[in-house]
Amino acid sequence: MSDVAHAHDDHGHHAHPTGIMRWLTTTNHKDIGTLYLFFALIMLFAAGSMALLIRAELFQPGLQLMHPDFFNQLTTMHGLIMIFGVIMPAFSGFANWQVPLMLGAPDMAFPRMNNWAFWVLPVAGLMLMSSFLLPGGAVAGGWTMYPPLFIQGGISYDLTILAVHIMGLSSIMGSINIITTILNMRAPGLTLMKMPLFCWTWLITAYLLIATMPVLAGAVTMLLTDRNFGTHFFNAAGGGDPVMFQHIFWFFAHPEVYILILPAFGIVSQVIPTFARKPLFGYASMVYATASIAILSFIVWAHHMFTVGMPAAAQLFFMFSTMLIAVPTGVKVFNWVATMWKGSMTFETPMLFAIAFVCLFTIGGFSGLVLAIAPVDIQLHDTYYVVAHFHYVLVSGALFAIFAGIYYWMPKWTGHMYDETLGKWHFWLSVIGMNIVFFPMHFLGLAGMPRRIPDYALQFTEFNQIATYGAFIFGFSQLIFLAVVLKSIKGGAKAPARVWEGAEGLEWTVPSPAPYHTFETAPVVK
Amino acid sequence: MKSMWKQAGIMGAALAASRPALAEWAFNLQTPASEVAEHVFQLHNLIMLVCLGIFVVVFGAMFYSLFKHRKSVGHKAAHFHENTTVEVIWTVIPFVILMGMAYPAAKVVIDMKDTKNPDMTVKITGYQWKWGYDYLNDGISFYSNLSTPREQINGTSAKGEHYLLEVDEPMVVPVGKRVRLLITANDVLHSWWVPALGAKQDAIPGFIRDSWFKADKIGTYRGQCVELCGKDHGFMPIVVEVVSEEDYKAWVAKKKGTAQVAAADDSKTFEVAELVERGEKVYQANCAACHQANGMGLPGAFPAINGSKVATGPIADHIAVVMNGRPGTAMAAFAGQLSDADIAAVVTYQRNAWDNKMGDAAQPAEIAAARGGAAEAAAPAAQ
Repeated sequence: MSDVAHAHDDHGHHAHPTGIMRWLTTTNHKDIGTLYLFFALIMLFAAGSMALLIRAELFQPGLQLMHPDFFNQLTTMHGLIMIFGVIMPAFSGFANWQVPLMLGAPDMAFPRMNNWAFWVLPVAGLMLMSSFLLPGGAVAGGWTMYPPLFIQGGISYDLTILAVHIMGLSSIMGSINIITTILNMRAPGLTLMKMPLFCWTWLITAYLLIATMPVLAGAVTMLLTDRNFGTHFFNAAGGGDPVMFQHIFWFFAHPEVYILILPAFGIVSQVIPTFARKPLFGYASMVYATASIAILSFIVWAHHMFTVGMPAAAQLFFMFSTMLIAVPTGVKVFNWVATMWKGSMTFETPMLFAIAFVCLFTIGGFSGLVLAIAPVDIQLHDTYYVVAHFHYVLVSGALFAIFAGIYYWMPKWTGHMYDETLGKWHFWLSVIGMNIVFFPMHFLGLAGMPRRIPDYALQFTEFNQIATYGAFIFGFSQLIFLAVVLKSIKGGAKAPARVWEGAEGLEWTVPSPAPYHTFETAPVVK
Repeated sequence: MKSMWKQAGIMGAALAASRPALAEWAFNLQTPASEVAEHVFQLHNLIMLVCLGIFVVVFGAMFYSLFKHRKSVGHKAAHFHENTTVEVIWTVIPFVILMGMAYPAAKVVIDMKDTKNPDMTVKITGYQWKWGYDYLNDGISFYSNLSTPREQINGTSAKGEHYLLEVDEPMVVPVGKRVRLLITANDVLHSWWVPALGAKQDAIPGFIRDSWFKADKIGTYRGQCVELCGKDHGFMPIVVEVVSEEDYKAWVAKKKGTAQVAAADDSKTFEVAELVERGEKVYQANCAACHQANGMGLPGAFPAINGSKVATGPIADHIAVVMNGRPGTAMAAFAGQLSDADIAAVVTYQRNAWDNKMGDAAQPAEIAAARGGAAEAAAPAAQ
């Protein structure tokens, strides 16, 4: 980071505070991007440690390490933090760093709001993490927060509701900023359909966030008043309906699933053409496919609820609409493969993660298709099959794309090449470890192991042990990632402006590290 | 086209038939024991085969490209990046494949939702953390608790064959009969699932949803609650015993006999020692999961009973809490779950166990009286 600070001093605009005040008061998109990414990194290790505790308890049948209630706290917090504290902030970090650089804009449209959007996040994160210390412990009702169970909890449940509100606020502010920047601050000549696909996916993601975060806010506010002010939105005894919460929640949470994956599509769509040395195949169809996925995401929510019992006609509608999502998603996968086809590929770490993404995300897509089939879903709902499915799309999907993006742009950010050997170690251990954890979970779910249980019947022992071994390989190999990041910040081979031979786009026209202020005069795109 | 799907289904079934040899290493859904489960099983195999086919083709192409089109073997990059024909083809083909999947899936959906013309109906209620069964045709009611001893869970004794999948009172149904299930819950969401029977339905407090199964084979089928319902979500299994028609009739007669004996207890007056002895069993089955066997509860989550104001205060208030629960918390209302004699016994036990040396006792008659005046009794409990 010191280099970024130097670049800033060299530039000699007006005096900026230094030390902690620099970071607290910064309105610079690069600083804020860095803050988001470090926040996500810290939370990744926090929520990852929870996952390792969960896997340690599940290493053998019986209760060895913890009470069931603490186990439920771990699964709930692992989910909440990984979603709201890791994947979403990491993508916001990418957006802050890359969107202005890719568009040839000097900064984000609303720099002060940008500062605010970030700095409320650590507050929410602290509220969530500190709830472990409160009487009764952290929230233990699952990240889905279903009432009436959620109504039963202690003070940490109210704290979680407030934290969710704050994180939603942060996301909405971030999204307004991204939409305004993309629509208004593109360099002359950079039409929407020439824009890098990463900007497109974030533009669509930002609209999804603005559409759905208020829905989540409404749902959790109703929980709050049910808990504290005697309302009965979700209490049947008072005329309410617990299932209504699920409808509202999933109307938010299904688009949320795509909020967690569309920017990943964007990153992979930048990385693959670079290392295939060939333009992205089917750019326009990629844009349309992303938009189709976003629109479809609003009409499939009840596929998370096939087992609550709904009329056959509703089941059929949600089954068919869910199956339809396979079409645009398939188009994307075919386009990535076609981009590689007859290219001139090299396999640096970003490309390795991108290829793993395409392959393993597709496995998650296929298990998603299996789960779309309502009768099969009714068998597999709330089992480890679902756990396997969403970890394939979120770990080998979202997280691997984040790794690909970090390795891809880190030389631009720090000015130093990362350690390629360590990067490859990180990749191979991650990809092997990840599959050892999550592949056996498909079999556990098929055999009938429910999710969110601290103890299990004996026939599930072997696959659980394998999964736990994999979890520790995967978890500890992330320390290599930490080493690579810190090493690249400290030093390393000097990165040129155009870091990768096949890289295209405005971000590669500025020096590495990117100066504190870039594109003060807009570049012209032909 | 239809026969193609059927063939694929048979192929899948043939693949799955090799399962018994793998015993502990199950790679597919459990062996179906009902028609619905059989349909789901075949549907899953079919879709897996289609996915596998697509996976091999797409990633065969990708890995071919990864090996042939790399810089290190001197491959020069082509520059094509647009082809409308190809885009249309790979949009239409998946669409057609999906339509082929949708048709057999829709048939199973409609079949699963058809709960008409049952031979018998059982109402199933989820509680934190046990299941209640009410046989609406035969007038039998009972609760089904986990029967795995705590020592096995804590690892102080060896785990049995059906660890965590065994109950004190299984659900018993006759073979080959359409059993309609009316599923609801008393406190929070639960979900009733027996994989081999292909029946899963969330249990929703305040609402009744239905499902059905028809077991093809005599045997014991095991499942678990699959909707997170709090601390002991992992400890409320389901066991369904499918028996012959005669055995079912014999079971019904036996259950009715025990119900009569239990009802007679409600009009008796007991000694304190008798109530304490009976109450300890009731406490272990219904209270110990939260309040713990030593009455100390779990700090912050579940209050202690040992030395508590309720257990050492006026007995009428104590009875009211046990009967009406504490709304908004995990403390359930036991008035509907336990008999008069059992409530009297457990209250007496709590007032005389551990450090609580109250020496007083509740009698079944007092509980019956409290039931009559439930509205008044609810007032102190709601504080």
